[in-house]
Amino acid sequence: MASSRRQFLKKALAGTLAGALPLSALRFVSPAEARASIGNAATRWVFLVDTTRCVGCGFCVRACKRENEVPYDVPVSRTWVERYVVTRDGVTRADSPNAGRDGFTDPRIRGESIPNEAITKAFFVPKLCNQCETPACVQVCPVGATYQTNDGVVLVDRSWCIGCGYCIMACPYGVRFFHPVHKVAEKCNFCYHRITKGLETACVAACPFGARRIGNLRNEADPVTRTIMTERVAVLKDEYGTKPQVYYIGLDERVR
Amino acid sequence: MVHGLEWTTKDLFVYPNEFIYWSIQIVMYPYMTGLVAGAFVLSSLYHVFGQKDLKDMARFSLVFSLALLPVALMPLMFHLQQPLRGINVMMTPHFTSAIAAFGIVFSTYGLIVVSEIWFVYREYFANQVRVLEGRPEGGGLKLLGYRLLAMGAYDTSDAALAKDHKAVKILAGVGIPVACFLHGYAGFIFGSVKANALWMSPLMPVIFIMSAVVSGIALCMLTYIVIMEWKKLTTSLARGRGDTSVQAIGGVEIDVITKASRYLLGFLVAAITLEILDLVFRGYTAMKSWDILRSVMYGKDFLNIFVLQYGLGNLVPFFLLLLGRLTIRRTLLALVLILFGVFMMRWNVVIGGQAFSLSFAGYMHYHLPLLPHSLETYKEGLLGALTVAATPFVLFWLINKVVPSLRYE
Repeated sequence: MASSRRQFLKKALAGTLAGALPLSALRFVSPAEARASIGNAATRWVFLVDTTRCVGCGFCVRACKRENEVPYDVPVSRTWVERYVVTRDGVTRADSPNAGRDGFTDPRIRGESIPNEAITKAFFVPKLCNQCETPACVQVCPVGATYQTNDGVVLVDRSWCIGCGYCIMACPYGVRFFHPVHKVAEKCNFCYHRITKGLETACVAACPFGARRIGNLRNEADPVTRTIMTERVAVLKDEYGTKPQVYYIGLDERVR
Repeated sequence: MVHGLEWTTKDLFVYPNEFIYWSIQIVMYPYMTGLVAGAFVLSSLYHVFGQKDLKDMARFSLVFSLALLPVALMPLMFHLQQPLRGINVMMTPHFTSAIAAFGIVFSTYGLIVVSEIWFVYREYFANQVRVLEGRPEGGGLKLLGYRLLAMGAYDTSDAALAKDHKAVKILAGVGIPVACFLHGYAGFIFGSVKANALWMSPLMPVIFIMSAVVSGIALCMLTYIVIMEWKKLTTSLARGRGDTSVQAIGGVEIDVITKASRYLLGFLVAAITLEILDLVFRGYTAMKSWDILRSVMYGKDFLNIFVLQYGLGNLVPFFLLLLGRLTIRRTLLALVLILFGVFMMRWNVVIGGQAFSLSFAGYMHYHLPLLPHSLETYKEGLLGALTVAATPFVLFWLINKVVPSLRYE
């Protein structure tokens, strides 16, 4: 077969391009599917945590694990509660045994007993994914398996995640982990399957003290939005520029 | 089982989901890509800058960088929790991700290396086809293989060969920035993680490039010495120790090594300077994270950073190479130490970066799985790392069956 070098290179390039085209690229997405994947722009889901109301019972952590099928006895969790104890000498001690799942019934912190009279302040802080406005995890995901919906929630496509862990490294809040069963990146998604049906998140529903609330920032009449707009609220680790959308009432500067 | 639980121990206040997620294979990943980039830069010193006394080493380094090339991917594949989906990076590249750029930069670089090798050895392939065709018993599979490699280009006239040389020079010239980019971006993967106080530095890509070149040159020199010593041994066994060919091999070896070691020293100085600059800068600017960084650097990781990396891996080999009347044995020791030092640098970046909690109030310790008891502890343990480290040598041996980088003139 006679073939010039130029022809050969042309054919080789065309063959390579054709070979590189994945079959999945030819699948058409229905408008309904496309809409579902980007969410509703009239909604911006936000979370409000009132640290003054949290008693560290761990109901939220337990409810979350059950709702989202995170194995109950593994030491990872979509949400957790931290306990802070400040003593007279100015030292802050913090812990979160089992993610606070079983509550904080032991007064010792990591085995250390602190006499009551030495304590000047003690409080609990629930943590969860901040559903950042500019999420570092979405930026770094090499395959787009972590993506942000139009209503602000960051989701993980379990069928497409390659499990590289780059998103885990990029998150300043340490909320991500590898799911022990599915072996892909895992994190809180504000119970997206519930809130898009008009239900509350599992943790909000489980909290007997109203320390956790979810709302729509685009709805001015939403009580959560009113609180965020009118009261003193704070966010965690603002310095990373991720614009977190979990707002805290009564956040102490000692909280990390 | 939770990923990371096997090898992570926690100390003080660490967030519940924090573990050492990037373990030994992510140490191996920049180490192996660094070797690829460094080997290529060494080969380009001859092809582009005309350093004629590095000719032997250049051909060898080029082929060696090809052997190292697929091994740069291996640690990533070993590390992925879903290795079968690794190809997704090429199918849906997400261009804001530094890792997604890997596929493109790596493929470009791979094409350059393969094309350059083809132009360097095209004449050899054509000659092989002619020799095998001339055999009365026929060339068999070997002939078919060389025909495929020659790709129909059998012209070995002076004009055609001059074109080959020109192509090699252009490819090597283009290859240098691409090789540097390949490794610079490996550094960028870490340097751009703003959540990590140790990694977050614009100097990271440059530091990675410099130490890559150092490690690549060191590995090529080391392998070259081992091969030449082997040649000397086999020749002296066949012809006797005092034979002139043995002395000739030894003479060539020390000449090449002396010249290459000068380049190595230059790059070593640049690498050490940048790393120390980074350290000083962090201390001087003393950001919020400095307290925990300092406690890791000068406390928990002091042995790894200052004794093993800077001391044993940088300073000792620096003086070993700097002292006059360089001997093969001394060079060999210095090279092993340099390779160890660069490995420790990767280790201290990857593992050191995860040694402290995002809470800045706790620490994590990494215990390398030595004996595997599951696929995960094999992949992300000592044996997995050794598998990765051994693969380029096996590949080099295989490639040398087809492309004689060590005996062809």
